[in-house]
Amino acid sequence: MTDQPARAALVRLVRDEGRRVLATLVRQLGDLPLAEDAVQDATLRALETWPRDGVPEQPRAWLTLTARRRAIDLLRREAVRPGKEALAVVPEDPPPPEVVRDDLLRLIFVCCHPALAHETQVALALRTLCGLSVAEVGQALLVPEETMAKRLTRARQKIAKAAIPYRVPDAHELPDRLRGVLATVYLLFTEGYDPVGEVRPTLVDEAVRLTRLLQELMPGEPSVLGLLALELLTDSRREARRDAAGLPVLLADQDRSRWRKELIEEGVRLVGEGLRRSPGRPDPYVVQAAIAACHALAPTWADTDWSAVVSWYDVLVEVEDTPVVRLNRAAALAERDGPAAGLEAVDAVAGLERYPLRHAARAELLDRLGDRVAARAAYDAALALPQDPAQAAQLRRRRDRTAGPMP
Amino acid sequence: MPQYAALIYAADVDWSRPEFADVTKEYGAFGEAAAAVIRGGAALYPTGTATTVRVRGGKGGDVVTTDGPYAETKEALTGFYLLECADLDEAVKWAAQLPGAWDGAIEVRPVIDFGSQAG
Repeated sequence: MTDQPARAALVRLVRDEGRRVLATLVRQLGDLPLAEDAVQDATLRALETWPRDGVPEQPRAWLTLTARRRAIDLLRREAVRPGKEALAVVPEDPPPPEVVRDDLLRLIFVCCHPALAHETQVALALRTLCGLSVAEVGQALLVPEETMAKRLTRARQKIAKAAIPYRVPDAHELPDRLRGVLATVYLLFTEGYDPVGEVRPTLVDEAVRLTRLLQELMPGEPSVLGLLALELLTDSRREARRDAAGLPVLLADQDRSRWRKELIEEGVRLVGEGLRRSPGRPDPYVVQAAIAACHALAPTWADTDWSAVVSWYDVLVEVEDTPVVRLNRAAALAERDGPAAGLEAVDAVAGLERYPLRHAARAELLDRLGDRVAARAAYDAALALPQDPAQAAQLRRRRDRTAGPMP
Repeated sequence: MPQYAALIYAADVDWSRPEFADVTKEYGAFGEAAAAVIRGGAALYPTGTATTVRVRGGKGGDVVTTDGPYAETKEALTGFYLLECADLDEAVKWAAQLPGAWDGAIEVRPVIDFGSQAG
């Protein structure tokens, strides 16, 4: 077991099972840091011994037993609670799957509790739910390990001292809290797949894995189906969204043969299921995924069904009205009805004066209308605003393309 | 069960004045509704009545008093409750029913229980 794929599969197995064991141990011990230390120790041992001795027949039972022993050791060392008492609290065998399912959901709602800052939620999700080490979390979020260790310690202290409850929210608060959980997971995804920044595959992959886990835990929940679809459809373009120089490639210019068909197929199927399950008022994630599906299914930019795209944006404005949604709708409108109509729609969107892409959208449409002077001015306005360097480089390139002689 | 201090940050005015009678009434209603979890609390006069005390040079040094609150903020600490709740969610639920949360903010802080701290 020295080859890379086998090693990666083993790490995956240990992490997946580890988080299930952790979720149960947190409930049994009522102590997140202690449970994390114990499970960390058990997973490290698994990664040491399994390649040599083979993967045990019941990996979860092995991890449960090893983590339990470690927890008891740690408790004895603390000498606060006698180890015997802990022995009684923590059974030797892993609980049945439905109990593990509930434990995992509880853990997810703890890590994504609204009393924790968003960046803390993301860090906890990676550390506790995905089983990354503190150093790996730091690398993934571009934060020094020491800073990340402090942030995670603070978070665990707050969970313990402020008594953030280890429970699945009641039915009446569940929709709100689930929205918070999904926002955190999507933040993790976009953090890794920023349309202009570096692609960080670890984050993208972990976000997709967490969403799949949520889908498994809450089958048929439209917002989860929608988020998973949106992530898969977005991720299907991963290979095509950068040129050889590493600069972002616009959707219109991407080589569609490099889009991953199997992710598109799954995403489109999930959109259908999500729509069936929220027929009256579609979930915003499902609608965003439906728009992504329109692009994913179009053979070329020109052959995109712009009427469908605009209609979905109309629905999205209904269920989630933000200036950025309206701007994107205006851009789709320009493709359907021409640049003049698009420009009018862009100018009708208020509240985006400090958003570079609003000026870039105006520039593009002005250029298409043949007004190069105004187009260049709009690009300059976009470039005058603070933004990611890769995006600025791309905007400069587009501005310089409008520099040719006047027609 | 954990205890929480619900620190009320609101307009820096004299809440005992008759023109705030309706707010006082709302606090009375909160007191009745939350009677089972309230372990203590007080309403405070505005920061204009505050005196800040420091001892220069540490224990036994010169007592220095200054007129006014320790920290100048837009919203002032106008009172607090001590609440005993099962967990943070319950404490937040009660805090949201405090009139101060409606046009100010409530800071919910867990209380240290020195009695149960071992070693």
